[in-house]
Amino acid sequence: MTSRTGFRFIAIVLVTFGFLVPEAFAVNGTVNPNGKIDPIPIAISPFIADGDAGDTAATVAGVIANDLAHSGYFQPLPPESFIEKIGNFEAAPQFDSWKQVQARDLVVGQVINQGGKATIAFKLYDVNTGQLVGGTSFTASPKSARRIAHKIADLIYKSVTGFDGYFDTRVVYVDESGPKNQRIKRLAIMDQDGFGARTLTNGKDILLTPRFSPNSQEITYASIGAEAARVYLFNLDTGQKEIVGDFPNMSFAPRFSPDGQNVVMSLQSDDGRDANIFEMDLRSKQMHQLTNVPAINTAPSFSPDGSRITFESDRGGTQQIYVMNADGSAQNRISFGKGRYSTPVWSPDGKYIAFTKQAEGKFGIGVMAPDGSGERILTEGFHNEGPTWSPNSRVLMFFREQPGESGGPQLFSVDISGYNEQRVPTPQFSSDPAWSPLLN
Amino acid sequence: MMTRVAGLKFAAICCCFMALAACAKKPSLDPSGDGGGGLVGGGAGTAAPGSKGDFTTNVGDRIYFLNDQTSLSQEAQDTLAKQAEWLKQYSNVTVQVEGHADERGTREYNISLSARRATAARGFLIKNGVAANRISSIAYGKERPVALCDAEQCWSQNRRAVTVITGGAN
Repeated sequence: MTSRTGFRFIAIVLVTFGFLVPEAFAVNGTVNPNGKIDPIPIAISPFIADGDAGDTAATVAGVIANDLAHSGYFQPLPPESFIEKIGNFEAAPQFDSWKQVQARDLVVGQVINQGGKATIAFKLYDVNTGQLVGGTSFTASPKSARRIAHKIADLIYKSVTGFDGYFDTRVVYVDESGPKNQRIKRLAIMDQDGFGARTLTNGKDILLTPRFSPNSQEITYASIGAEAARVYLFNLDTGQKEIVGDFPNMSFAPRFSPDGQNVVMSLQSDDGRDANIFEMDLRSKQMHQLTNVPAINTAPSFSPDGSRITFESDRGGTQQIYVMNADGSAQNRISFGKGRYSTPVWSPDGKYIAFTKQAEGKFGIGVMAPDGSGERILTEGFHNEGPTWSPNSRVLMFFREQPGESGGPQLFSVDISGYNEQRVPTPQFSSDPAWSPLLN
Repeated sequence: MMTRVAGLKFAAICCCFMALAACAKKPSLDPSGDGGGGLVGGGAGTAAPGSKGDFTTNVGDRIYFLNDQTSLSQEAQDTLAKQAEWLKQYSNVTVQVEGHADERGTREYNISLSARRATAARGFLIKNGVAANRISSIAYGKERPVALCDAEQCWSQNRRAVTVITGGAN
């Protein structure tokens, strides 16, 4: 079965030979005493192409270099500077020549086209020791070359930094076009690096806050149509959408539970004054009310183990972040700094809650521990909003509004250290990003 | 310098045209009634009584809110009281109250905040004698600003509830 959106597992024959994860390359090896990242110089030798595989080989090497560079932890060296031209995948490289160009790690690869399939192999060497750190071979359709390149980049990233990869992922977001007072807002999806961006809805309704299901096959979002904001499910395979629940009042701010069986969201109260958080079982359609406080309670996000939910509430007068048990018990405020805190999102590793903070006319993106301690602002300025986590909990993506009549939002990413801020390219203005889990 | 003079001349000519158009239009009736053009009955506006133009021009279709607030100022209450009188006079008219927030808030919260604003305006109209089933409401959050500069003078115009006629107007 072929998938419309290519989300299904790509047929891969995988041969891995001994991947070592060297201790020396843990966080301390890549973050200097000032907390700033020291990128590791890495040589990605042009992949050896067999027959008509030249384009694929160039694509794969280019995607790997781009992924590693954008992570901030690597500095891919310019191929023009390479002394050795590697033409034999099996032969040992001349490590002295790679030391000479200042490479600390070396990637060698090759692509062979055979019977309509591409076999893409790579090896990672430690230049100083001459040790073969690891390598893998993938066999798949040449159309999957970019995804395989992302997988190879994930393996290299993990091997060198010790962190799980995040390159073989996608991002859903809202594509924005038209003038500021009549924005057309469509659901859109792209690869994590901005490749293959395309819209999925027609733009008639105002589409907001899309979120991935845990298996990356479905999106839940809110959209404002002629009547009110409503929560929907969108199936990426079929392109079909369905409304979530049949509520008399508006529903918004949806998010999946970690097992994908439930959606949490806000429902406006009958008197229109308050919003409370409800959970809906997607199979039985049963609803459970989780908050019951006369206030705006919204933006719920589960802890990765599903036991707790963080959300924002203005029950104390202004927007602040709270944490409660998943059954709605023990609702406790965790944000106590100066300003308004909102859009909390639990990190996939459970250690942090990312948020938007408004203070002194600025909008920043920050993180804190789930008990509210250790608050750090990673970026701030005119208007930054709506963080989403990479699946390895190392990178946050968010949107930044530019001021002015012709200004609009764009996507950015920043390392959890606060360094390596990068714009994520999109064809038009873009907002409300949500990062997928690692794809299969 | 030349172009500048020419530009000014051009602008002046445009103004004349617009003035002429306005003059020509004034005495004529606007049969559709919702263009805000034409007609009758003295007073401040030129819109037909009971028309959308009449409501917008002579009553005022919108009220404003303070930052992160949903309470109705005296000015807002005065406007809503006038809206209620007008709606009682034209009892076939149905309306939708749109709640809006400015851009200086986060998306989810602003949806709910703008719903509170629409609710406050709708509640006032009902309290002042307009049947509840004539008034629907919708919340747009920060998604539909009207003033586009990045300063309080614009944000204050975007924090609003707008009463939009959806049917039954002359």
